Amino acid sequence: MKPITNIMVVGIGGQGVMTAADIISQAAIMEGHDVKKTEVAGMAQRGGVVTSHVRFGEKVLSPSIPPGTADLMLAFEPAEALRWVTHVKDQATVMVNTYPQAPPVVSIGLFDYPEQPETQLQSHPIELISFDAGSLSIKLGDRRLVNSIMLGAIAKQLPFSPEVLKAALLTRFKDKGEKLLALNETAFKAGQQASQLTPRQAK
Amino acid sequence: MSAAEQVKNNPRMFISGNEAVALAARDAGCRVASAYPGTPSTEILEYISAYPNLYSEWSINEKVSLEVAIGASLAGSRALCAMKHVGMNVASDALMTQTLIGAVGGLVIVVADDVGLSSSQNEQDSRYWGRFAHLPVLEPSDSQETYDITRFAFGLSEQYAVPVIVRLTTRICHVKGLVQLSTPQIKEGQKFNKDASRFVMVPGNAKQRIPLMLERDKTLANFSESCSLNVIEQGDNRSVGFITSGAAYCHVREAFPDAPLIKLGLSHPAPIELIREFSQSIDKLVVIEEVEPLLETELRAAGIELFGKDIVPRIGELTPTVITPAIERLLGKEKSIATIGMTDVFPRPPTMCVACPHLGIYYCLSHVKNTIIAGDIGCYTLGAGHPWNALDTCISMGASLSVAQGIDKGRSEEDANKNVIAVIGDSTFLHMGMQGLLDITYNKGNITILLLDNRAVGMTGGQNAPSSGIDIHGETTIQVDFRKLCEALGVKSERIHELNPYELPTLFKALREEVKVKEPSVIITNQPCVLTERYAKQPPLTVEDDKCTGCSNCLDVGCPAILVTKRETVVKPNGKEKELSFVKIDTAACTGCNLCINTCAPDAIIPLINVDYINAMEVK
Ligand code: SF4
Ligand code: SF4
Repeated sequence: MKPITNIMVVGIGGQGVMTAADIISQAAIMEGHDVKKTEVAGMAQRGGVVTSHVRFGEKVLSPSIPPGTADLMLAFEPAEALRWVTHVKDQATVMVNTYPQAPPVVSIGLFDYPEQPETQLQSHPIELISFDAGSLSIKLGDRRLVNSIMLGAIAKQLPFSPEVLKAALLTRFKDKGEKLLALNETAFKAGQQASQLTPRQAK
Repeated sequence: MSAAEQVKNNPRMFISGNEAVALAARDAGCRVASAYPGTPSTEILEYISAYPNLYSEWSINEKVSLEVAIGASLAGSRALCAMKHVGMNVASDALMTQTLIGAVGGLVIVVADDVGLSSSQNEQDSRYWGRFAHLPVLEPSDSQETYDITRFAFGLSEQYAVPVIVRLTTRICHVKGLVQLSTPQIKEGQKFNKDASRFVMVPGNAKQRIPLMLERDKTLANFSESCSLNVIEQGDNRSVGFITSGAAYCHVREAFPDAPLIKLGLSHPAPIELIREFSQSIDKLVVIEEVEPLLETELRAAGIELFGKDIVPRIGELTPTVITPAIERLLGKEKSIATIGMTDVFPRPPTMCVACPHLGIYYCLSHVKNTIIAGDIGCYTLGAGHPWNALDTCISMGASLSVAQGIDKGRSEEDANKNVIAVIGDSTFLHMGMQGLLDITYNKGNITILLLDNRAVGMTGGQNAPSSGIDIHGETTIQVDFRKLCEALGVKSERIHELNPYELPTLFKALREEVKVKEPSVIITNQPCVLTERYAKQPPLTVEDDKCTGCSNCLDVGCPAILVTKRETVVKPNGKEKELSFVKIDTAACTGCNLCINTCAPDAIIPLINVDYINAMEVK
């Protein structure tokens, strides 16, 4: 059987991790693949860790990505990127939103937020692309745009044209008004640009 | 045509197992569906509620839910009820009798096991209920099979007049896959045919039904031997073969693509002879089942030699990465599997939402001394975590009141002066808590009850309940009056307080007074869950840096929108060290609930009046 493409989307409950995974899945379906998508998460709605697994290819059996085999990772938060980086395979591309979000256990001083998560990520054999999608989304007017920005950023890394992913994203907004559609399209483009601007660091 | 082209020309739906159940119910002509929300089964009824011509409801609890479905089946309609594994324990009383009566219209019970405990108080294997209640158990392995098997279940139920269990697990419920729907059926309800000897389970009638049930077992066992849902997949390599079902099938197939295998779609009663024959054609037979060694025990008892939980873990989810090393060890191919080191990152446990109406309650509880606090199932269970650490027990749905009663009555001399408190949410109280309250009043318990009414089933995403005054379709209905209800259950009117949980001083006062009173008191809070439309956001707050003294009082509230910017250790005049934490408020997340303002002595927390920012927030 032909190899399966494994994509992990990681972040925190409420960031739209599942939606992003859904959109990547839709794009893969549009390309004619068999697709499975699952989240491996506890209490996604209560700010817990969320990882969504997307697998596509000729025929997908198990929905979970075995550790060390993800081809691509989209991380919505830098500490979460660090938590899951060992689940990607060597030379995999890891796209990271550098906007940090510390949970209350860190705020009250029980645990420390990792120091310079990006530098730590660089010590792994991956191709790292990182940029501040969080601030970018706030600049564009709504924190929820992080989703479209991150998707834009990953678009070129998929085994099909970025246009397919964009189409999958925009169909979600087609009945929700011109304004929202345009805003998400802008966010997608901003993500595409941001991911090009950052230098790549592969080990 | 290539596989890819075929897919392109043949549009399928990309749906979760839960949505597949809902569509199957609709397409099988199911007329009544009921549930109490519970992870991972919740979405089934949410999807069903959108279909016209199919009655759906959020029931008070799983027993009620099953009884509603039973009633519909007896009335001649196809009926479905859905629940999570622990819900089956609640419904079991009805189940164990219904098995004697059987089904008229197809009666399908969908049970979702939260394997791996993503959000439950225990891990259990619902396949046991099939054996216990003498009912067939069907186990789909992906979304397509979930759709097909659920439809099949209605037919099977009618054919053998038996309720049918469709057992799902987390990795079926929440995995999305491609599904091809088949032609919908329209099933009219039949009329109710009175048959007291069958429907009225007094001992005399029930005794007549037991032999019939045992007869049915035999018929179903025969049926299983040739059932199209039990599939043999002949593989190339005869050194190891598998018996498996459900999500475990997908993992086994992925790990061992060429191994011979029997996939059991109808796993109880198991096709013993089919398996026996299969076992003779391979060297080593392994049963791969998630959680308990159920089939393993059955097959061993039938004299079939095999491996099972002696080599495969009994706890948690099975995945290819769990199965592969176990089998390799069995085959003597002891490969050292590279352990993938986890990076050492802080834990991110679930926490209460920004501005959750329970924050203030737990803030108070963590500041009231000398307490024993019995907790319950729901968001407020999170009060057991940081920063509040304000729960001492959590057992099962509705147990807080009765456990508190037990603590009160069973306490030793040493605890004589402790304040026993029970905390419960609105929907949990209606689900199973009311009986506990009646027990407390009737048996003169000395307990302070916090009834946290947020008008929703918060934990599962804010579904409606009788406390919200809205039904599953969003339509207005009766709204429970908790004050009156508590009064009716025996609490004195003057011992019932209805309070706004964001008003900390009032809350503290009521709590301090009521714990002193030597009889049952109820403090009801009355602000909605932030996940519901009923919750109204206010402009956010901010922290004035130069005023903040770093005392960190506000962090005790536990609102995730309050973030630490800087930590310092200072030495006080008395020589003691003190930790200071300076904070900021994440204005994009803060909803302006004003709770933290109350905790800040130097008045460093102020409303953020920034026109630009508010404009930006409105971009939806
Ligand atoms: S309570 Fe007030 S003074 Fe103390 S840390 Fe919080 S904001 Fe600063
Ligand atoms: S006002 Fe305070 S407690 Fe309320 S949401 Fe904002 S930060 Fe959280």
